[in-house]
Amino acid sequence: MSLWMIFKVAVLAIFRNKTRSLLTCLGIIFGIAAVIAVLAIGKGASAMMVAEISQMGNNLVMVFPERKQAGVVHQGLGGGQNMTAEDVIAIKNELSHLVQFASPQVNAFCQLMHQNKNWSTRVQGVSVDFPDIKNWTMKEGRFFNEQEERRASRVCVIGTSVASNLFGEEEPVGKTMRIKNMAFKVVGVLNSKGANNWGDDQDDTVMAPYTTVSRVLQGSAFKSINMMNLSLYDMDDLDEAKREITAILRQRHKLADYQDDDFETRDTTEIMNTIGSVTGLMTVLLTVVAAISLLVGGIGIMNIMLVSVTERIKEIGLRMAIGATPFMILTQFLLEALVLSAVGGVIGVAAGIGVAQAIGAMKHWPIVVEAGSAILAFGFSAFVGIFFGFYPAYRASKLNPIDCLRYE
Amino acid sequence: MAHLIEIRDMYKIYAQGDEPVHALDGVSVSIDEGEFVAIMGASGSGKSTMLNILGCLDTPTKGTYLLDGIEVAGRSRTELAHIRNEKLGFVFQNFNLLPRTSAIENVELPDLYLGRLGRRARRRRALELLRRVGLGGRGTHTPAQLSGGQQQRVAIARALMNKPPVLFADEPTGNLDTKSSIEIMNLFTELSRAGITIVMVTHEDDIAAYATRHLVMKDGHLVSDDKGAAK
Repeated sequence: MSLWMIFKVAVLAIFRNKTRSLLTCLGIIFGIAAVIAVLAIGKGASAMMVAEISQMGNNLVMVFPERKQAGVVHQGLGGGQNMTAEDVIAIKNELSHLVQFASPQVNAFCQLMHQNKNWSTRVQGVSVDFPDIKNWTMKEGRFFNEQEERRASRVCVIGTSVASNLFGEEEPVGKTMRIKNMAFKVVGVLNSKGANNWGDDQDDTVMAPYTTVSRVLQGSAFKSINMMNLSLYDMDDLDEAKREITAILRQRHKLADYQDDDFETRDTTEIMNTIGSVTGLMTVLLTVVAAISLLVGGIGIMNIMLVSVTERIKEIGLRMAIGATPFMILTQFLLEALVLSAVGGVIGVAAGIGVAQAIGAMKHWPIVVEAGSAILAFGFSAFVGIFFGFYPAYRASKLNPIDCLRYE
Repeated sequence: MAHLIEIRDMYKIYAQGDEPVHALDGVSVSIDEGEFVAIMGASGSGKSTMLNILGCLDTPTKGTYLLDGIEVAGRSRTELAHIRNEKLGFVFQNFNLLPRTSAIENVELPDLYLGRLGRRARRRRALELLRRVGLGGRGTHTPAQLSGGQQQRVAIARALMNKPPVLFADEPTGNLDTKSSIEIMNLFTELSRAGITIVMVTHEDDIAAYATRHLVMKDGHLVSDDKGAAK
């Protein structure tokens, strides 16, 4: 008897017992569906994180002044006063082969006014490079130019949230608004970026030349900045760039060898690694849960197969009496288990993708179904079929035809 | 002339409790081609054990068994399966058809394991056999849709599928009414006349009367063999 014939016999046996076959499949279907759905949602969440982090900026390296400690009170990141716009210019000039864009950032929290409306938000003093670093594009008008930056002109661009809160239906470009009671001309409106990972509305912002902000809004005697944003040509140069930045800043800040750095560098890869390890952990955790349900499904298959062997003991006896060898019996039962788990696997993969899509649509999460995870789940279900199908099949093949035929 | 079936000094001993049970206690018998043999005896006489060993469903504790010139004793389970498949046909008291499976698929089953015929030739032969046992129009019926007598006829057709030289029947009419029993026994007589060797176990004298030779067993011994005295 050919393997194909045994396969046909096995398939016929499955169809003879539709209910039992369906129940057997269910365990595998749920197990596989759980694995697929969890992996799809997990991968989707990771992809969303990566997308949002890269939205923070292209090949972004941020440098913050050291946190100053006044007694026991720590200031926040960027609270130091030892970093200046000149540091940024020096780095841009000296590392022109590594750094594509550079922008200082000076933050001021200000009250904004236009006619009878007012709004308070963070005004970011930045350079003309800033939109290229942070992937900001213009919705209307233009960004401020180098001349305006050099002259510390009172111009600004605004985010869509500020535009709608201060101007409503009005066209903001070309209008004058008041920041800290000083007149600024709105030259452009930024395209919306929405909320970031941490739920902050990125569109609730005003950008003005850093020269203007530090001079007029901060009124600071020092030309200190809150942070610098650098964009590298290539993230592969990250380590070299960080080394060079450190060397330049230490030299410019006249730090002796025994002194610690008075600044900190951060880059998106660090953030991505942190978030990646968190989402990775979640994925592993959920996968373990899903794998356990798959195992339970496998044990379900074994139980049903064992029951099926007992229930069909007369059939086994008859098959042996008319010429089925122990090997054929073994193969038949093994194939039955395999077909059931394979069919369960296919349905499970489909159901898993469906569930993931449904959850994704409901929660507005992106869903990433990788061929790898589908193949993995399918392979595992085949393995479960063989593994849990073997014992009952082996028991069936060891039966004596006489005992089977006499069995009541 | 060599015998079709020849057993010599056959023992089957079951180790049940302290006292070993001799189900077969040194039986020797030979059966020639074309004979219609009835094995008779009270229950526990060893007649079923005898049939099981002759039918290669069970292995003897001791003794030799030549079937169609082949030594059967001491063969592996797989080899016995092949012998049963090619040389022997079985008819059981309770029919033993596959449930929820059509008559024609039940009849085809032995050739599925043998694989001698192609799909169409197999179907043709199964249909022809069903016609021969008088069930020409019932090929698609499942066992549940057939009467006991009809089921037994399907079982006989199945037993004949691989053209075996020997047919074994274990109380073939035990579950049938008188009318069906007579039909089945007439079918056996017909097959016997066509040259098929039949070995049947029964405890009913009127059923045994259809056979041409009667072996009577008692306590694992052969006590009577009317070979030559056949009608």
